[in-house]
Amino acid sequence: MTDYDLIVLGAGPAGVNAALAASAAGLRVALFDENRAAGGQVYRAPAFAGTTDDSAERQAGDALREALAKSRVSAFLGHQVWAVTADFQVDAVGPQGSLSCTSRALVVASGTTERVVPFEGWTTPGVIGLAAATILLKSQKVLPGKTTLVAGCGPLLAAVAAGTLKAGGELRGIVDVAGFGDWLRALPAMLARPDILRQGLAWAWAIRRSRTPLYARHTLVRVIPEGERLRAELAPCDRAGRALPGERKQVLVDCVAVGHGLTPATEITRLLHARHRYSRKAGGWVAITDDCGRTSRERLYVVGDAAGIAGAAAAAEHGTLAGLACARELGAAAGSLDPALGQAQRRHARAARFGHAMARLMALREGHVQGIAADTIICRCEDVTRGEIDAACDAGARDVNQLKAWTRCGMGPCQGRTCGDVAAELLATRLDVPREAVGIFSARTPLRPMTVGALTGAFVYADIPIPKAAPL
Amino acid sequence: MQDANRGVVVDFHFEGRRYSARAGQSVAAALFAEGVRGLRESPREQQPRGMFCLMGSCQECLVMVDGRRVLACQTEVSEGLSVSRVAEVGLHD
Ligand SMILES: Cc1cc2nc3c(=O)[nH]c(=O)nc-3n(C[C@H](O)[C@H](O)[C@H](O)COP(=O)(O)OP(=O)(O)OC[C@H]3O[C@@H](n4cnc5c(N)ncnc54)[C@H](O)[C@@H]3O)c2cc1C
Ligand code: FES
Repeated sequence: MTDYDLIVLGAGPAGVNAALAASAAGLRVALFDENRAAGGQVYRAPAFAGTTDDSAERQAGDALREALAKSRVSAFLGHQVWAVTADFQVDAVGPQGSLSCTSRALVVASGTTERVVPFEGWTTPGVIGLAAATILLKSQKVLPGKTTLVAGCGPLLAAVAAGTLKAGGELRGIVDVAGFGDWLRALPAMLARPDILRQGLAWAWAIRRSRTPLYARHTLVRVIPEGERLRAELAPCDRAGRALPGERKQVLVDCVAVGHGLTPATEITRLLHARHRYSRKAGGWVAITDDCGRTSRERLYVVGDAAGIAGAAAAAEHGTLAGLACARELGAAAGSLDPALGQAQRRHARAARFGHAMARLMALREGHVQGIAADTIICRCEDVTRGEIDAACDAGARDVNQLKAWTRCGMGPCQGRTCGDVAAELLATRLDVPREAVGIFSARTPLRPMTVGALTGAFVYADIPIPKAAPL
Repeated sequence: MQDANRGVVVDFHFEGRRYSARAGQSVAAALFAEGVRGLRESPREQQPRGMFCLMGSCQECLVMVDGRRVLACQTEVSEGLSVSRVAEVGLHD
């Protein structure tokens, strides 16, 4: 007998809604997240009590946390999942040490990681991701810097810019790879979500009012430390984000926040050998699923941004959809789930239309990596440069795992989460083959680096049972 | 100490120097706010590195707390917490 009918991995909008729907339909559900409070990236809870925040995000997050607290879902928050086996045993470490449990079905709702296309000096302390900047602002209540430059593309660019201004920070510029036309193309889909469009317009207005210089179709080419500050150099760029000849602008700031979109976190679905496909629009490699998130592996589901970037609103509906589908598959409350499923399907389709338009703004642009200089570091953990990757490719590396073995790119403690997408793109570009041909780094346990001590906990050596030696 | 606008303020140490933060803040965010950007050096080229993703993914914020290696962005500050740099030696050369 398994401990639970369903284990959900990740307590963002997708995971919480999957857990709630499945639990309401009668399943025994466990929910895991490494963060101490549910909410995921978008509704990340404030790090300390007593902060007032009237934003729609905060309210949505509080509503999610309240619904979870009132439900019968067993929530294992503050628990980092480090392994998942083919028979759905989940191993985690939490404040009380390690813990394992089993289930009949699994919903993966592990969200995303941010992609940053490297440029000279991107490893300099003080250069952070746009996603990191949203966490500083939302949860830590810290300004990225007294003066900040935001750069990259997609909606997080606007979110960080507006958030910085609202928190009283000084913005020295917004450097957007996209041009006005890119945003305009997203407009029809944005009209499907007037609520979010309103938020976007409020951001645009705040940015305009602040008279922050807006560098459209520009890109960061270099960041150099200068005393305690950072000197950033910008250049005009083409549609792909490749720097063009023309005037270089210099901006001196405390912090540079930069990001080029999000990639789905597929470690767990890869570890369990679900079938995957590459989709530039969806953010990279994604598990192949039906519209309820069912993968090629029986009773394994993936929902939310982990299944392809589509934003918070779509993630929530996707979660509900999978929770219901899973309840039906496991035989809970047979029949009566159909109307709810139909409704969730329609709501998801609508939210996803908006989310996909946003995701397109964040997709890795064809040719973007071509502008990276040979001595720029690609793999931060192992300090592997573009030149070394190109050399391995010319020496015969044909897929990313070969590249990893030859150069150590992706072999460090981040396990290729930071560099994987860009390294694969570099290889595919140089070989002039589709991304599918160069593959993806193999997923390995532990999913995050951990010490043996964290797994074993404190123990007395004498307590370890030692089997008697076999008679000679 | 209770401060109406800042919540509970705590003191902690990094490399022997004292810093203050709000209880519950992550070590990485608290140091960043205090202007401490470099947290370690990369093992191969010994280049300065600091927090980057703030979500436990990139592993750039590795520090020592109580003799254990932890991620500064996943560790909360608390009163008297003593944080130091990891003694990273050149691993490959
Ligand atoms: C920093 C950041 C800010 C964002 N801001 C916005 C925004 O303002 N609006 C918007 O529409 N979108 C935003 N996005 C996009 C965002 O990914 C989605 O909108 C939304 O959060 C997706 O929900 P989700 O439930 O699919 O995943 P997430 O919200 O990312 O939740 C995934 C959860 O899984 C947990 N997890 C993953 N792996 C493990 C593991 N091994 N062990 C334990 N727990 C694990 C994570 O801790 C996380 O809480 C943001 C993304 C990031 C990274
Ligand atoms: S800053 Fe990336 S893991 Fe801490």
